[in-house]
Amino acid sequence: MKTSTGEFQTIVLFGGLSEIGLAILDRCVTPATTTVVLACRNVDAGSDVAMALHNSKNCDVQVVYWDASNLNDHDRWVAQFVTDHGDIDLAVMAAGVLGDQDQCDRDPNTVADVMLSNSTGPSVMLSAVAQQMRVQAHGTIVVLSSVAAIRMRAANATYGASKAGLDAFVQGLQERLHSAGVELVIVRPGFVRGRMTQGLPPAPFSTTPEHVADAVWRSLRAAPAVVWVPGILRWVFTVLRILPSPIWRRVVK
Amino acid sequence: MSDVIVAGWGRTNPARASLYECANEQSVELVISDAGERGALARGLGRSYGDAAQVSGGQLVKLTGRNILLDPTSGVVIVDAGLSIDELLRYIVPKGWFVPVTPGTRYVTIGGAIAADIHGKNHHRDGSIGAWIESLNLITAVDGLVTVSPGSDPQLFWATIGGMGLTGVIMSARIKLIPIDTPLMEVTTQRHNNIDDLMEAMASKDSDHRYSVAWVDTTVSDSRLGRGVVTWGDHATADRLRVDRGRRAGKYKASQHVSVPELIGSRRTIRRWNAVAFSEVWFRSAPHSRANELQSIPKFFHPLDAVGNWNRLYGRRGFVQYQFVVPDDRPDVVVTALRCVARERPADFLNVLKRFGDAGDGMLSFPMRGWTLTMDLPVTDGLGQLIHHLDELVMEAGGRIYLAKDGCSSPQVVSAGYPRLNEWQNVRSRVDPNGIFQSDLSRRLEL
Repeated sequence: MKTSTGEFQTIVLFGGLSEIGLAILDRCVTPATTTVVLACRNVDAGSDVAMALHNSKNCDVQVVYWDASNLNDHDRWVAQFVTDHGDIDLAVMAAGVLGDQDQCDRDPNTVADVMLSNSTGPSVMLSAVAQQMRVQAHGTIVVLSSVAAIRMRAANATYGASKAGLDAFVQGLQERLHSAGVELVIVRPGFVRGRMTQGLPPAPFSTTPEHVADAVWRSLRAAPAVVWVPGILRWVFTVLRILPSPIWRRVVK
Repeated sequence: MSDVIVAGWGRTNPARASLYECANEQSVELVISDAGERGALARGLGRSYGDAAQVSGGQLVKLTGRNILLDPTSGVVIVDAGLSIDELLRYIVPKGWFVPVTPGTRYVTIGGAIAADIHGKNHHRDGSIGAWIESLNLITAVDGLVTVSPGSDPQLFWATIGGMGLTGVIMSARIKLIPIDTPLMEVTTQRHNNIDDLMEAMASKDSDHRYSVAWVDTTVSDSRLGRGVVTWGDHATADRLRVDRGRRAGKYKASQHVSVPELIGSRRTIRRWNAVAFSEVWFRSAPHSRANELQSIPKFFHPLDAVGNWNRLYGRRGFVQYQFVVPDDRPDVVVTALRCVARERPADFLNVLKRFGDAGDGMLSFPMRGWTLTMDLPVTDGLGQLIHHLDELVMEAGGRIYLAKDGCSSPQVVSAGYPRLNEWQNVRSRVDPNGIFQSDLSRRLEL
């Protein structure tokens, strides 16, 4: 359950190795937290992360194998979670890959992979989680989208499209859940300096996983539906999304 | 049946559930037999502060029966569980009787009062309400309607007293009342400049009076920390009234003067500055020492009931009422807790200190011999941290927190504070093996 002070007892992170996801856990795991589950493909790497988290937060941390592309398994995964740990109080969806746009151009299968990992897989899983939360009649979902979902650019066209799909899906889910007592927060960070963007030139208004986590933490108290990080991107993209294409191309190159 | 969103009095985490209004045993049994995995729970007037009276995704039972049957010679009353203490007082006070225990609000139901095993300002003398219950009509998941008394099934009886509604639905109760001469209270007030003097005054003079409680100030620090106003009271006798006033006691009147509108509830009205101002005025306006003042029952017992929906003053995020008890030999924890709270400078002006008498027999009853402190703390970003810290202090001292107020605590703190939890769980699995009766509180604390 969520406590009166807004702390969560049971937390699951999809994309259990995600830097941003773990930064969010660093804020959301409090002394009230009893169970944290890291859902990821690489269970070995997850175990190290779990150990570190257990040591710093002194709560039960488990790693459970989860593959976003295993579409038929998501329902069962949630059912197993509920059997083991009870209600899901907070679910953070941070699974995703950046994908190499050049490789996407050469090999259409890569496009399929990116869409599956970033869009279809997470959407199916979030449906399963949302259904469970509808039954429990409480719960909070945090979904990591991206500003790339707002306007497509050449450099990461496939990534942008996959996030746009996810973003649109969870906007709808937000509407579906509105009357069910379940909260859903969409997070749209700008360029986040971290493992995923290593070697890429930072874009203006770039941010860090810690800043994203802080913004999410604040939003869970005030409950806005969409969080931009940094906040100014909300206004920047209000302009950018209606910018005529020739100018847009010149802006982003 | 209707879909509702309900919350505790602290308005912190609302929950969605289906609400069934039930007039009789048959309809309650129907709801129970229909309850799914998300469970069922009786809900009264929703005055518990945290998540004790909500079951998200489950089924809530609201009892509509309002019968009162008073035996005017013995003062034993049979009342429907859905009846409020307010309604009961209106009926019995003019007839010369009073409830044996009343909390700080009269807007609680009899069922809720028993489920929380409520205590009042007279705990040091009269114990909690469980001590005054002769028998209960209870609908359990396994046996349906049963009459339980301390003689017939002591295990189930004392698991239900203070059992937070998790053993079944209490339908009605036989309660012993106490006789009163007049509907007035004779009150002695003293103010003390620091916590040590205040506690010493309470320890030495509590036994002279039936009722005793103190208001404590956390907005001042250092040597003035915990300064407060202690009030003692007794039911005024007819003799005394004639001598003092030369007039007969007036009628019992209990009314709500104003109500906080819903619009106010979106923003927090209670701030640090007005909490400080209130505390200063409250303390200064109390007499240094005054004896034998006559007060009405509502003024003495239920002052906050004069303002309807006062919980809205804490705004959208609501507030936590934190109440703990520590053993008699650990008054230092009260002082430490006050110091911790004062250091955080919350907008807190309502703190109540009371010395309990001996514990009752309820397995999950809160009161035990010692000091109990209650604080109304608005939810802010740092509050979770503060409460975890207080929890640890209480646990270390061998104390416990009050489940009817709780919305934040952990399974560890509760199992450490309630040594009879296992025994209670055994009774519960006997009368409700499938766990039909649940609440958000029972889920959170793994009761």
